[in-house]
Amino acid sequence: MSTSNSMSTMIAGHPVSKGVASGEILISETPISFLGGIDPNTGEIVEKNHPKKGVSIAGRVFLFPHGKGSTVGSYIIYSLKKNGVAPCAMINLTSETIVAVGAIISDIPLVDRLKEDPFTVFHDGDLVEVDGTRGHVTWK
Amino acid sequence: MHLTPSEERILNGEQGYVLQKAMEILAALGDIYDVDRLIPVKSTQIAGVSYKNIGEAGLEWISGLSGKVKVPSVLNPAGLDRVRWRELSISEEFAAKQDEVIRAYESLGILPWCTCTPYEIRTDLAKPGDHLAWSESSAVAYANSVIGARTNREGGPSALAAALIGTTPNYGYHLDRNRLPSIAIRVEGRLSGADYGAFGYIAGAIAGSGVPIFSLESVPTNDERKALGAAMAASGAVALHYIAGTAPLPPTLPRPHLDQDTRDIVERITIEHAEIKEVYQTHQCDPDLIAIGCPHCSAAVLARLRDLLAGKTVTKEFWIFTSGIMRDRHPDLVAGIESSGAKVICDTCMVVSPLCERFRCMMVSSGKALAYVPQMCGSDAVLGSIEDCVRSAVAP
Repeated sequence: MSTSNSMSTMIAGHPVSKGVASGEILISETPISFLGGIDPNTGEIVEKNHPKKGVSIAGRVFLFPHGKGSTVGSYIIYSLKKNGVAPCAMINLTSETIVAVGAIISDIPLVDRLKEDPFTVFHDGDLVEVDGTRGHVTWK
Repeated sequence: MHLTPSEERILNGEQGYVLQKAMEILAALGDIYDVDRLIPVKSTQIAGVSYKNIGEAGLEWISGLSGKVKVPSVLNPAGLDRVRWRELSISEEFAAKQDEVIRAYESLGILPWCTCTPYEIRTDLAKPGDHLAWSESSAVAYANSVIGARTNREGGPSALAAALIGTTPNYGYHLDRNRLPSIAIRVEGRLSGADYGAFGYIAGAIAGSGVPIFSLESVPTNDERKALGAAMAASGAVALHYIAGTAPLPPTLPRPHLDQDTRDIVERITIEHAEIKEVYQTHQCDPDLIAIGCPHCSAAVLARLRDLLAGKTVTKEFWIFTSGIMRDRHPDLVAGIESSGAKVICDTCMVVSPLCERFRCMMVSSGKALAYVPQMCGSDAVLGSIEDCVRSAVAP
């Protein structure tokens, strides 16, 4: 949990949805439509032609640029949480309304606008902690 | 965003979990859109009502809320007519779920009027200059463009958050600088009735999310402006339009915005009358359902339909959508229409209800329905005037 002696392992960003959680990074390079793009029962990515189609976001720190599509997507995020297959935390380049609202009503930590490009510094499987209350990400 | 001390206390959870979540939603929007502060709203209109759209997840979230809304709040259309769903072949299961959704909203003090035209039921919900948090895109367009109130197009949860807290983030269409016309469109020829829906169908695609100002040869009624705004919000994302020379006028900004008329309008376009007439021609099918009331019919349109249907008998399904309140206020109009065999259906519409999924071709009088029916109901759609619709409904 400590970040006091190793600033290099912490990347500052912007808090969007409160809470702290740790897990392995899962990257989607493309924006996500939760309605139609993620199966709310399994957490699997089901969007047609998505490079990670079939991969589950359950329990992961889900990193994607931002949401897209229907505002019903907020309720899909809530559904993922209720079904126990939500990401443990999320990181966006810039959050928009659908994902921000979905994360807040589902108590999923979410940060955006990191000081460094998350798509460059993070790789699938990296173990990180997302602090959505203070707005930063730390390597574990 | 700057929060007052009492708003901070809500955000810190001092007034419970539900208000904390509501304030977190408003604060997050404030952050995303770089907002200075929250402003009080006069009323809210909340989307996320039809069980067909929000499903079990939405129902579960709404059911978990408690407390009371701070301002008059109404609902978007639901997935069924709350009174006569049985005769319209809605399943018991769907009806039970839909009822749970509406009751959950009602327990928060929200008026269970399920309509896209709340401004026709209670004029005090939106007066000129009022700030609102409304969801339904045609109601947003009407409030901004015809009434001169101010609202962004809210998602369901953000409108509900505004209702529970009584405020909304001060951005977008709440601000003068975002209410200036950005595109000038001249229309050749006179328009009437469904022409405004056809015209909106074209203009919305052109204007996108801009603010069009129209030069017209005819003066639209409020019902025609309602149809125009609804169509532009469906084929584009237009939430505010102006008619040149008609109130409400665009705001005037202090220096250095004095040259707004020339600077902010980035594009000037002319739409020819033939292009508008073409919208009626390009979509063709043989209707097995005639549906009017997208947005919900006003009393004036109900009266027109009663007159057109007097002494006639329909030979096809002819459905007319309005709010339950309108049905209760005008039983004579409803009885007159229904004596022809047409049905007046309330609280829902052809776009949000599973009702219409069993038809192949729907004739509509609305540019909005023309845009949405093919993707939402899986049937073809054809546009006609109200007179065309009645003619088709009673044809032998």
